[in-house]
Amino acid sequence: MLYHANITIKLKKGMLDPEATTIKKALKHLGYNCDNLKTAILYELEFEAESKDKAKGLANEMCLKLLANPIIHDYSIELQH
Amino acid sequence: MKIGIIKFGGSNCDLDVYKSLTNLGISCDQVWYKESLSDFDAVIIPGGFSYGDYLRAGALAARTEIMSSVCKMSMEGKPILGICNGAQILSEAKLVPGTFTTNAYPKFICKWVKLRVTGTSIFTDRSREIIDIPIAHKEGRYVVDKKTLQEMYDNDQVIFKYVDDNGLPSTDANPNGSIDNIAGISNVEGNVLAMMPHPERASDALLGSTDGIAIFQSMANYLGKF
Repeated sequence: MLYHANITIKLKKGMLDPEATTIKKALKHLGYNCDNLKTAILYELEFEAESKDKAKGLANEMCLKLLANPIIHDYSIELQH
Repeated sequence: MKIGIIKFGGSNCDLDVYKSLTNLGISCDQVWYKESLSDFDAVIIPGGFSYGDYLRAGALAARTEIMSSVCKMSMEGKPILGICNGAQILSEAKLVPGTFTTNAYPKFICKWVKLRVTGTSIFTDRSREIIDIPIAHKEGRYVVDKKTLQEMYDNDQVIFKYVDDNGLPSTDANPNGSIDNIAGISNVEGNVLAMMPHPERASDALLGSTDGIAIFQSMANYLGKF
C-alpha cells in the first residue's frame, strides 16, 4: 500500500535556534511582534509498506538514520494511506 | 606511507591540504569519493561544502560508501583527520561524539582564532600549546550532552579550545557558541581528530601563520615518515 508521510524535524527543546532569532528580529523590523518563533523542516514523501505499523517503522528508521540528528533534533511522523 | 585526501562533490580545500602536505615532503594524493582507499595509510577529509551542505553539513557525505572504509581504517588505529566540513562529516558518521551546528550568531564567520591544545592525540604531540589558525564556517558550533562531554574530558578527547590573547577560553574568544569553546575533538583512542579550524591555511608564512604545520607533521611522524 502506498503511504504518504509528513515528517517534521525540529530542534530539541532548549536548543539555541539562531535562525529563528534572526527571523523573529526581521519580522519585528517589519512591524510584527512574535514570540516563541521556532523553525522546523518538513519532508513530504511517499513509499510502499505492508501496513500502517510497518510504514511508521520505516519512517522512523529514515529519521534515525538520516533525516534527523538525534543529538539536536526531535521529529514527528504523520502518516496517511 | 601515503595520506589520502578525500574529495566529495563540493569539497574545495583538498588542493590546499595537498599542497601543505607536499611542501612538507609528506606523500599524499587526492581521492575521489567513489575510489578506493586501499593505497592509503591515513585519511584527511578536507573542508568545503560537500553535497552543498544539503540536509545538514556533512550529513550526506558521511553516509557514502567510502566512509565505511574510513570507519574500518579508524578502527585499525590509522590516523583520520577531518577539517571543517571534514569534521562535520566525521561527527555525522559518528566517528567522534557530538555534532557541529549553526553558529550562535548565524552568519559565516571567517577569521583568525587562537587555539589552546587541551588534549593528547596523534596530531598534537609536537604542537605548541597556543596556536594561530583561521576558521571559516557557518555551522561550527559544537554541541554535545553534558554526560558525554564529561566522558570526553575523562578520556582526553577535547583537543582544541578557542582562547583569547591570555590563553583563556573566554566568551569573547568563542566565535560560534561552541560548548566550552571546543574547536576540535578526538575519538577515545586519539587517532581520529575532527577540528573546525583550517591547519592547511596556516602552513605558509605568506598566509600569516605556520602553526598548522605541526598538526600535519605529527600525523606524518606517527606514520613513520620521519
